[in-house]
Amino acid sequence: MLAALAAEVGDFVRPPIDWHAAAPELTLLAFGVLLTLMDIVWLERGRKWAPALASIGLLATMVPIITLAVDGADRSMFGGAFVVDKYALIMKAVFILAGYIVVLISSNYISEGDYWENEYYGLLLSSILGMILMASARDLITIFIALELLSIPAYMLATWRKRDLKSNEAGLKYYLMGVFASAILLYGMSLLYGASGTTLLVDLNESISASDSPSAIVVMGIIFVIVGFAFKVSAVPFHTWAPDTYEGAPTPVTAFLSVASKAAGFVALMNMLFVGFIGRDDVYEPMIFALAAVSMTVGNLIALRQTNIVRMLAYSGVAQAGYMLAPLAVASDVPDSALAATVSYLVIYAVMNLGAFAVVIAVARKTRSAEIDDYRGLFHYAPGLTVAMTIFLFALAGIPPLGGWWAKFRIMGAVIEANTVSGVVLGVFVAVNSVIALYYYARIGAKMWADEAPDGDLTPVRVPASLKSALVLTVAATIVFGVLPGLVGDVTKVSLLAGVGG
Amino acid sequence: MELTTTWYLVLSASMFSIGATGLLVRRNPLVMFMCVELMLNAVNISFVAFGSDLNDVGGQIAVFFVLVVAAVEVVVGLALVVAITRRRADATADDLSVLRG
Repeated sequence: MLAALAAEVGDFVRPPIDWHAAAPELTLLAFGVLLTLMDIVWLERGRKWAPALASIGLLATMVPIITLAVDGADRSMFGGAFVVDKYALIMKAVFILAGYIVVLISSNYISEGDYWENEYYGLLLSSILGMILMASARDLITIFIALELLSIPAYMLATWRKRDLKSNEAGLKYYLMGVFASAILLYGMSLLYGASGTTLLVDLNESISASDSPSAIVVMGIIFVIVGFAFKVSAVPFHTWAPDTYEGAPTPVTAFLSVASKAAGFVALMNMLFVGFIGRDDVYEPMIFALAAVSMTVGNLIALRQTNIVRMLAYSGVAQAGYMLAPLAVASDVPDSALAATVSYLVIYAVMNLGAFAVVIAVARKTRSAEIDDYRGLFHYAPGLTVAMTIFLFALAGIPPLGGWWAKFRIMGAVIEANTVSGVVLGVFVAVNSVIALYYYARIGAKMWADEAPDGDLTPVRVPASLKSALVLTVAATIVFGVLPGLVGDVTKVSLLAGVGG
Repeated sequence: MELTTTWYLVLSASMFSIGATGLLVRRNPLVMFMCVELMLNAVNISFVAFGSDLNDVGGQIAVFFVLVVAAVEVVVGLALVVAITRRRADATADDLSVLRG
């Protein structure tokens, strides 16, 4: 069989490689390898350089992303399996910058707690490598590889406090749910491959949109694939791992999972929906509609009665995933606005959620706890952190003029513009849920500003320099995105449909 | 009786269902890993069956990637189990049921 195949294929010809297009991935890969080598060669002496090297690696990766953006041409490799267009570049930049902020908020946490350091940053870079690969992936196998490359290091990062049973449980739950989801996703992919005979998303769309395509297999394939990604973005009813994993994992890792990993799930879902499934909106739109409506409602209602701020942010993240899914439910009616709305929500959600977690980490340096009651009277001893946290919470709630307001506005704009019944219903869901969410965000605000500190303990919180710079960056971005919404608006004017040729 | 592609697909679907059911009802992490392996191998059968039916090499290529990823996933999963049993050396695998995901 192999000999026959080889005769058929003939001499191996290397597919043309556009090195410029692959430069971001290659740069990040080089730095990831360098970090690992440094650990092998220098052993413990390399420890203090690890966060610096990881930051330099991430910033160096921004260089080819910027040169590609300046160049502006859409590039595609391997028969269209790897595409670099404006959308891919924006998402790559988001992943790199989110990764950079995660490094900033990790460095003190990881170095103070007797954790392995070089491996931590090495795994973090591999996970980010998977994410930036995902932004370009337009092929079933490429998407699967990118998904595993970003997930498998994340399973290990969630278990990083390996002597702590809570962290172990967090990792094991995340792992079991993650591999279950990828098995479901793969089964869906195999069905879609069987129905269309191709793994390339563009060809897949053409094949499954044709009227003579085997309908039952296609419908099952699409359902399985969407369920697989619903786990990744923690949409109800596939969200059960999220609160436990977020609570047990080290807090910087939680920030990474709730922002970067979720964004990567959305990028994969958008690649699938807009390139692969767009012709079969009769199948995916009702499903996404249900996931979006249920996620926001259930996420917000459970968040109302949380007493731990990390769990509350986990459920708020479930609800935010619902908002981000909403425009995808009208993807076929207004593809460009729907894509732009979800992309801009992802950008803004990344900064405000990372900022909120940075404050949680800073406060926990003093209180050693993430209970909401321990935020009482925060204003009396940490006014700067209180103002920052208030900004992030109000941004998450969507209050103007902060970034989150503009993000929600885009979502509403897209679902209303679709002018369909499901679009309007989703708009109502978003509006009602924003009001519910305001209650639990504002409750923390009230505790921080109005209550007295427990036991009258007013020792100030010491915030190390790297954490402080992460806070300054995220606060600035949250305000700028709200005051100058045109900034995100212009950047996120993207279209996946136009950029798929190749 | 000739074995058509449908037979392989039925086999794949049943293996996948057995794996998924096992993952949901069993409490032992090691057995749960095996169930995941069962699901992934069901996917492999399905890819190969479709590939041979369509006379397309893509299905076989996909299987190589799935195999590698499955091996990597098991490595990480076993490491997690080792970390947990170190923490609770007296615990049998059944006592880990509190960690049911």
